[in-house]
Amino acid sequence: MPGITREEVAHLARLARLELRDEELDHFAGQLDDIIGAVARVSEVADQDVPPTSHPLPLTNVMRADEVRPSLTPEQALSGAPAQEQQRFKVPQILGED
Amino acid sequence: MTVTTDLVSYEDALASYDPVMGLEVHVELGTKTKMFCGCSTALGAEPNTQTCPTCLGMPGSLPVMNRTGVESAIKIGLALNCEIAEWCRFARKNYFYPDMPKNFQTSQYDEPIAFNGYLDVQLEDGEVFRVEIERAHMEEDTGKSTHVGGATGRIHGASHSLLDYNRAGIPLIEIVTKPIVGAGERAPEVAKAYVAELRELIKALGVSEARMEMGQMRCDVNLSLRPNGTEKFGTRSETKNVNSLRSVERAARFEIQRHAAVLSSGETIVQETRHFHEDTGSTTSGRVKEEAEDYRYFPEPDLVPVAPAREWVEELRAGLPELPRVRRNRLREEWGISAHDMQSILNAGAIGAIAATIDAGADSTAARKWWMGELARHANESGRAIDELPITPEQVARVAALVSAGDLNDKLARQVIVGVLAGEGTPDEVVEKRGLKVVSDEGALTTAVEEAIAGNPAIADKIRGGKVAAAGALVGAVMKATRGQADAARVKELILEKLGVEG
Amino acid sequence: MTDNSNVNIIRLTAAEIAQKIAAGELTAVEVTEAHLARIGAVDEKVHAFLHVDREGALAQARAVDEKRAKGEKLGPLAGVPLALKDIFTTEGIPTTVGSKILEGWIPPYDATLTKKLKAADVVILGKTNMDEFAMGSSTENSAYGPTGNPWDLTRIPGGSGGGSSAALASFQAPLAIGTDTGGSIRQPAAVTGTVGVKPTYGGVSRFGMVAFSSSLDQGGPCARTVLDAALLHETIAGHDPLDSTSIDAPVPPVVDAARNGSVAGMRVGVVKQFRGEGYQAGVVQRFDEAVALLKELGAEIVELDCPSFDLALSAYYLIAPSECSSNLARFDAMRYGLRVGDDGTHSAEDVTALTRAEGFGDEVKRRIMLGTYALSSGYYDAYYGSAQKVRTLITKDFEKSFEKVDVIVSPTTPTTAFPIGERADDPMAMYLADLCTIPTNLAGNAAMSLPCGLAPEDNLPVGLQIIAPAMKDDRLYKVGAAVEAAFVEKWGHPLIEEAPSL
Ligand SMILES: [Mg+2]
Ligand SMILES: [Zn+2]
Repeated sequence: MPGITREEVAHLARLARLELRDEELDHFAGQLDDIIGAVARVSEVADQDVPPTSHPLPLTNVMRADEVRPSLTPEQALSGAPAQEQQRFKVPQILGED
Repeated sequence: MTVTTDLVSYEDALASYDPVMGLEVHVELGTKTKMFCGCSTALGAEPNTQTCPTCLGMPGSLPVMNRTGVESAIKIGLALNCEIAEWCRFARKNYFYPDMPKNFQTSQYDEPIAFNGYLDVQLEDGEVFRVEIERAHMEEDTGKSTHVGGATGRIHGASHSLLDYNRAGIPLIEIVTKPIVGAGERAPEVAKAYVAELRELIKALGVSEARMEMGQMRCDVNLSLRPNGTEKFGTRSETKNVNSLRSVERAARFEIQRHAAVLSSGETIVQETRHFHEDTGSTTSGRVKEEAEDYRYFPEPDLVPVAPAREWVEELRAGLPELPRVRRNRLREEWGISAHDMQSILNAGAIGAIAATIDAGADSTAARKWWMGELARHANESGRAIDELPITPEQVARVAALVSAGDLNDKLARQVIVGVLAGEGTPDEVVEKRGLKVVSDEGALTTAVEEAIAGNPAIADKIRGGKVAAAGALVGAVMKATRGQADAARVKELILEKLGVEG
Repeated sequence: MTDNSNVNIIRLTAAEIAQKIAAGELTAVEVTEAHLARIGAVDEKVHAFLHVDREGALAQARAVDEKRAKGEKLGPLAGVPLALKDIFTTEGIPTTVGSKILEGWIPPYDATLTKKLKAADVVILGKTNMDEFAMGSSTENSAYGPTGNPWDLTRIPGGSGGGSSAALASFQAPLAIGTDTGGSIRQPAAVTGTVGVKPTYGGVSRFGMVAFSSSLDQGGPCARTVLDAALLHETIAGHDPLDSTSIDAPVPPVVDAARNGSVAGMRVGVVKQFRGEGYQAGVVQRFDEAVALLKELGAEIVELDCPSFDLALSAYYLIAPSECSSNLARFDAMRYGLRVGDDGTHSAEDVTALTRAEGFGDEVKRRIMLGTYALSSGYYDAYYGSAQKVRTLITKDFEKSFEKVDVIVSPTTPTTAFPIGERADDPMAMYLADLCTIPTNLAGNAAMSLPCGLAPEDNLPVGLQIIAPAMKDDRLYKVGAAVEAAFVEKWGHPLIEEAPSL
């Protein structure tokens, strides 16, 4: 298994929205490399013809009726908001699509 | 923002290139509650009044599937001639965006509930084009952001944004076509006809009102060109969230012209999202996909698989309503009209209203006349869908009945309709309040006719001389004198009678 | 009542407290006050609680006393104090999950488990310390400082539910709630000489339990005796329509089983893979003695081979981080919790990244990045996909085993409590603490840890793990009660009485 590079860790941090300092990147790169080296053993079974288990219980079709339940009040909904305005969550400027 | 884009003419583009399209349509279902929680989906609520821990993505909250949402997805799949999965799951599509509370969208990924179908769409000239369906899958909508501080609510230059999560979690069905090839120059028309047909179908199923202007149905147009005679698809652009039928057609057309210009100048197409602008009919560049998005899909562990029992699927299939194209063909025969006329009615969105008016007792000619004439005009002027006008098919049928009974002429009937639309009451109440009865008092009419003849001796002589067509002028004079409240046909009879001419 | 000193009240079992309140020998307020006093006296040293809800607890206790005065029927745990792991939402009471990112967050809703406790008239004393987002085996990863092990305050109380286990072992509460994703109920129970049960996955609602790894997380009871654990199990278990993965079937008869402990005629499995390198000598010794005891009590011992268990730890450290990387994405500084860097110069995207960098501790960041990696396109099949196959193999090994045996036993942890700080920056060493507990989480079945003695070399508690098939949680209690009774008889008293008085 290939090891994980510092650049890859930086990429992961970006994907995961973690603003890491350089020394943190170095620190994590070493640790993640160790961990991945250890857990990579699972790929021993990669070519085995075994169905994957995503759910521990074989349940299917758990659904609810389309009936309205009480919502939170807007005060409750916004009670933890770091900032609010006009009964809406106030967030910094959003980059991205225009 | 003025962006000039090089274009070649549509004809030139098609002379060299063959368009390939992919259409992705998102439909917001009309369920009472959201896909994964019991919050109401009713429109027009105050911000953040229809939210709960689940649709706000609060710590500890969990989703539970809405059975009606799943059922609607199966119905859509069946109506699109799809196979329905025996077993499928939701997945998490991971990416950060403030309008998405959990920062993943609960969506189906490689296991859609419906797949491998088709929809036959009829073009304006009656030609039927088969659009192959890749899949229809379930997912959830995002919240709504308002950008503050920039120009006209745009994200660009905004100082901050405000989020309302009432819409977050409303069930969406995403319907994806296979690449549409072979449409040639008719590609934009096919795109429009497909979305129109899909909309009719969704409405007929009763799973959504599919109102595009309200964002309940939105279309992404993927388009690429390949040189004529070649097989390999070109690089595509994705024009996002096009929200009217006309725009779908225009966006496809614009992109064909733009791609052709880029390609024929020897440049390459950038794979990117684009935005369509209603005002100019053009698209502009959105986000360039530098690297393929890594959504890190994996099966949603908080939901269990959906395994629709075959009996349930068959029950739903048996309960499907008559599908729009079948129904249209039946009605066209019943009404005895041409394919072209039916197409116009379809384009106007008036099929349901006309059929209901006929069911309420009107004859088909009258029903079509009122809806496609007076009411279509009102809808157009008020920017509303025709079936959202504040008049019922029963009321239109009543107006038609008053006309055929001779109580109203067309001109008065139009005034009655205006009155009903203005909220003045039922047709009978409007007739009453506005005093719109046809003058049927023969004495008064006779006097008016005599006065008209006396006042227009030259015309009277022409009529006597056999020019019956000249009677129109005298009828006009009588109508004017009676302020339109006379029955024009009866007036003409009286004039000819007085002048001793056979009608 | 003349001898109602606080010392006596806090050493009662939950069953005894409930019985005395019902009989009018104690009031719920007296009981609550005694425990609040104990918290006041020792928690500065132990640091089991992140938040003590003095007023709420007393109000709930008064309500119980009023109910009794009116002659209303009381439930089996009415008036019994409980320490709630700070991972379950509590309306109006802070819920931090041991993280800075949720510091000061007051949930607007109660978890289903919280609701059930309130409905059963259990008195919630407060919220207990834990490894941040339940990621850890020592409670050192709490953003609010570590918790001490009441047996030796310089050692870890286990994790992630170290606050709950320490609260029990220091007599600050007779009952506690834990959650177990890879062993976070059982491992703390083992190293503090208490009892902890991970119910069958889906047995206890996860609604309102802040998610770490959705397909593994399971809330469960913690107590000082098997019967108390059973009484709490019955109170919190059962179907919840708000949790799609909740089992819609009757709760197994755990209380009945706990009252009728026996192993006579039972087949008990011992798995080859649960010993060897990394196991402390005293742990192995006490475990072997427990197996001998089971045999004495009439059980038949069966050797089992579960080869896939060797891959369990690896599979776990791919599945749990993958799910957590997604579950924790919601902590983005937009709707609740910490927000850093919102000074008008940073975009929402920046603020999210700055906040997460400051709000999450190192272990959380490590696991988020590990999970992000394992789910990335190109790695998914090798890592996440393979880990799910391992999960299938482990489930099959359990299935085959349970054709031959009724329950499986093992040491709960390879070692006794280690010193605080010893493994703090060595994640792989830390992860080994969950070697024996993880297979059960991956398979979704039920398991218990109960004390089986002190390791001779360090005089610290050793845990015996009992594993039962899914939905057969009652077997844990039947076996656990028999073992507990035999040990108490052998030792002359419950093991917990040997804990220092602080
Ligand atoms: Mg989608
Ligand atoms: Zn909701």
